[in-house]
Amino acid sequence: MNAPIKIRKHQGGISRYWRTFVGISQRELLRFVQQRTRFLSALIRPLLWLVVFAAGFRAVLGVSIMPPYGTYITYQVYIAPGLVAMILLFNAMQSALSMVYDREMGSMKVLLTSPPPRSFLLISKLVANALVSLPQVMVFLLIALLVDVDPPLIGYLAVLPAALLVSVMLGAIGLFISTFIRQLENFAGVMNFVIFPMFFLSSALYPLWKMQEAGILLHTVCQLNPFTYGVELIRFSLYGELDSHSLMVVSGITLAFLTLAIISFDPQRGMKSSGKPVPKA
Amino acid sequence: MKPLNMTDTDANTVSSDEVLNSVPVLLSVQGLNHRYGQRQALNQIDLKLYQGRFNALLGANGAGKSTLFNLLAGLIRRQEGELVFNGDPLDKATPDYLCNLGIVFQQSTLDLDLTVGQNLHYHASLQGMSRKEAKNRIHQELERLELLDRLKTPVRQLNGGHKRRVEIARALLHNPAFLMLDEATAGLDIQTRRQLTEYLHQRCEEGLTVLWTTHLLEEIADEDPVTILHQGEVVCAGLQKTLLAKSPDASLAGLLNGRVEGCKKAAGQTSKTPSQNPEPAL
Repeated sequence: MNAPIKIRKHQGGISRYWRTFVGISQRELLRFVQQRTRFLSALIRPLLWLVVFAAGFRAVLGVSIMPPYGTYITYQVYIAPGLVAMILLFNAMQSALSMVYDREMGSMKVLLTSPPPRSFLLISKLVANALVSLPQVMVFLLIALLVDVDPPLIGYLAVLPAALLVSVMLGAIGLFISTFIRQLENFAGVMNFVIFPMFFLSSALYPLWKMQEAGILLHTVCQLNPFTYGVELIRFSLYGELDSHSLMVVSGITLAFLTLAIISFDPQRGMKSSGKPVPKA
Repeated sequence: MKPLNMTDTDANTVSSDEVLNSVPVLLSVQGLNHRYGQRQALNQIDLKLYQGRFNALLGANGAGKSTLFNLLAGLIRRQEGELVFNGDPLDKATPDYLCNLGIVFQQSTLDLDLTVGQNLHYHASLQGMSRKEAKNRIHQELERLELLDRLKTPVRQLNGGHKRRVEIARALLHNPAFLMLDEATAGLDIQTRRQLTEYLHQRCEEGLTVLWTTHLLEEIADEDPVTILHQGEVVCAGLQKTLLAKSPDASLAGLLNGRVEGCKKAAGQTSKTPSQNPEPAL
């Protein structure tokens, strides 16, 4: 004789959601720790820009004073916040890539068949990925001290929430893009059309007034690029200041892309191509 | 053999299965249709999953098992048809439904870089379990599956059979009433397959309801309720022993051969036996 079954009601509550969020974050952290090369490559890329590229342009901005800087700065000081944003950008896109991979390989199915709402699960995954980026940012900033990029101490604290928000924004954009990707192979190509234009057509490498000198179209594109506002938010926070305009833009873009990504996310997308075709009966 | 009318779902059920009438139904599916573009993947599926039983969903590759599985898991949006779980109609996969559901997917979904314990703790957190509760449940499940000594082993170092057992432990961690497994024995040797099915039959005795999709008839016991899918349609349903008694030979191909052939003849269509399908089962 079979024992009577026990049908349970889902127990909600903040503590259970918190445990879910912590679990997702721990998993991302464990995966990150396992992938040491990912950590190194995430650091080497911006460090090369800082040490090699920026060294050649060291004095290029020496003739100007612009906020949040109170005095003349070297190009290395200018470029550092953009390189912090670069770390976040690559991590966010890698996180989106891992979601495509997870969706294809099936581990995303485990996440999406758990009781919490899909929106909560996706946001948790994005925030967890963003949290993993923060140690990389701090290590980069500490190494940057060696080339005289020395923001005030308060900046090292203030940059953390700014970097977190920018990372979530970029993750949401990446997740939204990934909803249009059926297979992992397609994603690398799409990234070339996202990462590089996003980075180069922003204030990461040159201030917007320099872009304006280069051409009005270029300047307009940079102004329309959400990454520009991410860079500026990080730049100001690194010097203990709040750029409220950038904060509003980054928050708005984050909300918009999160909503779009959650609505568009379809775990079935990877299945259509890999599913077993059934002849019409 | 009396041909079965594939459009008449009542007639698909073998009449001699009165024994199943006394078993309560945990989940029933009625009139389920699903299309991928122009392709009809599932056509008017009616299915009953009996409480505390090892319910088998049998079909050759391409029969629509995985599509049905993904629909039941809530991974695919339902296009048409009804689901009733424990007497309550289900519009979509609600948290109440999902917390009673354990799933083992066809492809391994374990994180290879993490240890068995880390994988299980991750799943426990998705279910909102506390650290202490998770630790107890992980201990219990791994002990039952004789995997306790593998708690700190990275999943990458496990063999296929052990990985499957870890996935089963994970799916049962939150004490679900209903466990779905999609071709969970794919790639495993006969002995491991037998061990897994025996274990799950044992769990059914304790009240667990299992949905086991497979194309291997040998994995199903005589008393197990079986539903056979063919080209997206339910061909027949009943206890395995009853179906086999009416089959020309004791195999899925034999089952399908007799029934589909009979249907086509009755409908005056050109014969198309399962043996003409790619990869006929068994």
